Amino acid sequence: MNRPDPGLVAQEQARVRERVERGLRHRYRAERRFQAYGLCAALAGILFVGFLFFSIVSTGHTAFVQTYIRLDIKFYPELIDPEDKKDVASLRAGDFTGVIKRSLRENFPQVEARADLRQLYALISDGASFDLRDMVLAEPALVGETRELWLLAADDIDQIVKGKIDRESPEGQRVVSDMQLGWLDELSTEQRVEKRFNRIFFTAGDSREPEQAGVLGALVGSFLTLIVTLLLSFPIGVAAAVYLEEFAPANRFTDLIEVNINNLAAVPSIVFGLLGLAVFIKFFGVPRSAPLVGGLVLTLMTLPTIIIASRAAIKAVPPSIREAALGIGASQVQVVAHHVLPLAMPGMLTGAIIGMARALGESAPLLMIGMVAFIADVPGSLTDPATVLPVQVFLWADSPERAFLERTSGTIMVLLAFLLLMNAAAVILRQKFERRW
Amino acid sequence: MAVDSQVQSRSAALETATAAAGGGEPGPRRTVGEVTVANPVMSCRQVNVHYGDKHAIRDVNLDIAHNEVIAMIGPSGCGKSTFLRCLNRLNDTIPSAVVTGTITLDGQDIYDRRQDVVQLRARVGMVFQKPNPFPKSVYENVAYGPRIHGLAADRSELDEIVQTSLQRAGLWDEVKDRLDEPGTALSGGQQQRLCIARTIAVSPEVILMDEPCSALDPIATARIEDLIDELRQNYAIGIVTHSMQQAARVSQRTAYFHLGDLIEVGSTDMIFTNPKHRLTEDYITGRFG
Repeated sequence: MNRPDPGLVAQEQARVRERVERGLRHRYRAERRFQAYGLCAALAGILFVGFLFFSIVSTGHTAFVQTYIRLDIKFYPELIDPEDKKDVASLRAGDFTGVIKRSLRENFPQVEARADLRQLYALISDGASFDLRDMVLAEPALVGETRELWLLAADDIDQIVKGKIDRESPEGQRVVSDMQLGWLDELSTEQRVEKRFNRIFFTAGDSREPEQAGVLGALVGSFLTLIVTLLLSFPIGVAAAVYLEEFAPANRFTDLIEVNINNLAAVPSIVFGLLGLAVFIKFFGVPRSAPLVGGLVLTLMTLPTIIIASRAAIKAVPPSIREAALGIGASQVQVVAHHVLPLAMPGMLTGAIIGMARALGESAPLLMIGMVAFIADVPGSLTDPATVLPVQVFLWADSPERAFLERTSGTIMVLLAFLLLMNAAAVILRQKFERRW
Repeated sequence: MAVDSQVQSRSAALETATAAAGGGEPGPRRTVGEVTVANPVMSCRQVNVHYGDKHAIRDVNLDIAHNEVIAMIGPSGCGKSTFLRCLNRLNDTIPSAVVTGTITLDGQDIYDRRQDVVQLRARVGMVFQKPNPFPKSVYENVAYGPRIHGLAADRSELDEIVQTSLQRAGLWDEVKDRLDEPGTALSGGQQQRLCIARTIAVSPEVILMDEPCSALDPIATARIEDLIDELRQNYAIGIVTHSMQQAARVSQRTAYFHLGDLIEVGSTDMIFTNPKHRLTEDYITGRFG
């Protein structure tokens, strides 16, 4: 061993100390700069999300209220039940639109010209007559009576009341005429116009008339579709992951499967829609536009996500636990069922949440299998025609009526709430699994 | 019986071979000392393990006797853990591992196609380097083995097995009031004793221990060593250790491994006081490793 000269060592140490000191300030500045970049990135993200939420909520919140107009309605017997039969069939066939029209004329006796009358009738939604019919069917004694009733306003009137249509714009550029505005103001001063909670939005299916359109059909459609997706993709995905991780021999065939699964995760979703159309609808004859076929297609799309996440979760189970179980004579299946799966379950659930969230927001593949059709009824089973929330958004965003704009944003809010609920359920489930240990 | 006679003839050949063997020449080395015992519980002949291209252990012959602690020592990577894991076929879980040779348990070849590996691992238990209790309660940890093998007819019998196992592992007094707490909440030494209790709950014939004290402090280590000494009354124990003091304290026989070869086997006293092979002497005197 050759010993270095103590003087030289001290010199070298001093030199290093001086170097480090000189570099320190630069180093700290670089660190602060790096932190600032990170903070900026995070802030930008929050800003974008905040902007998104603000724009959706500010346009969409008005979809949850709806304008109603209070009118004195006389249930004219000659219009409702001209032959005085008083049975359900003839009551059902009554001319309730006529009842509303005549009541309107009574309320505004000064309006006489035919064109003006047509504008007057347009204040009230076509759907109001159905409400009257339901009232009479429930209580036939109403015929001949006069009642003060809140009637559903037409969508354009609703938009005026909500301030979505500019009253100051030239008359030719807006759908509501000056005359209608006059009547509306007259009604307002008499406290006959009111915005109420929009129950229809949550209890009706789709409609051509915005004021009669609701998201329930799409909500139920989404729910049924996701149930199918979850019930199929989670067990199949977990089983595939367990097989590939724990049992599959390492050969070229398993490699091929692995590559394919990873590729599937990157396939554009609309391709799955085409596949579903060709295989499920054309070949297997599953009814089109139904939650069943939608769920099947979304299962194809979700499977790779769940398989990949589940495999990662299984891989993350410490080998010591496996060895411990094997070491006291547990069989391979027992090791998996008793130890690996429970420990991997939270990770698998995370994968399932991500997959289901994607499936919930997916519209492209569902367009291919006919879930884009106009369906006014709320689906009652897996084989009924249905649509889903994102497709409903797509449909309404495409509609010319002004009132569909706020309903589009409203639907997005419902979609987000659905997503939050679903994720909350998954988080609770996850905590439950984790607490068991 | 055919296996037995084969083993006999081979061991006879070995004895003559070992007598002729000299110093530390390179190439496959011959084991110095007495690898065979009368009436062994486990007996290994010409055991080779390959991990892919790597020849991890070469031509190892070794017997494990009843009621005996045999320590396996040697520098890191010498194959002692690999050898230990051959004895309960835990190497089967490594896809690239290929084990050749004969290992018998009570005269039965454990690598025979008819040997059920689950059955084998119930008879040859293992305690690992890092305490690895299941993330379940203390009770469930010990009850797991008896439960999967169906050893207890009812709950009270299971309770009994759990209690006896914990008592034998010297843990009962410390955990009897907290059987429902997670096993992972115990201290390191307690966890390792819990793992030992879990192993003896299925009443194995042989217990393999792979550096059971390397993650423990000296006090916990001392407790485990006492426990090993007690367990010797009922089980045959193979222990891999990096601590030569530990090997000297707990074992009756010691096997010294070096780069995949079993260099020397003998009574622990002999190995530590009068090693025959130069490599063994270098190792135990601390010249390398």
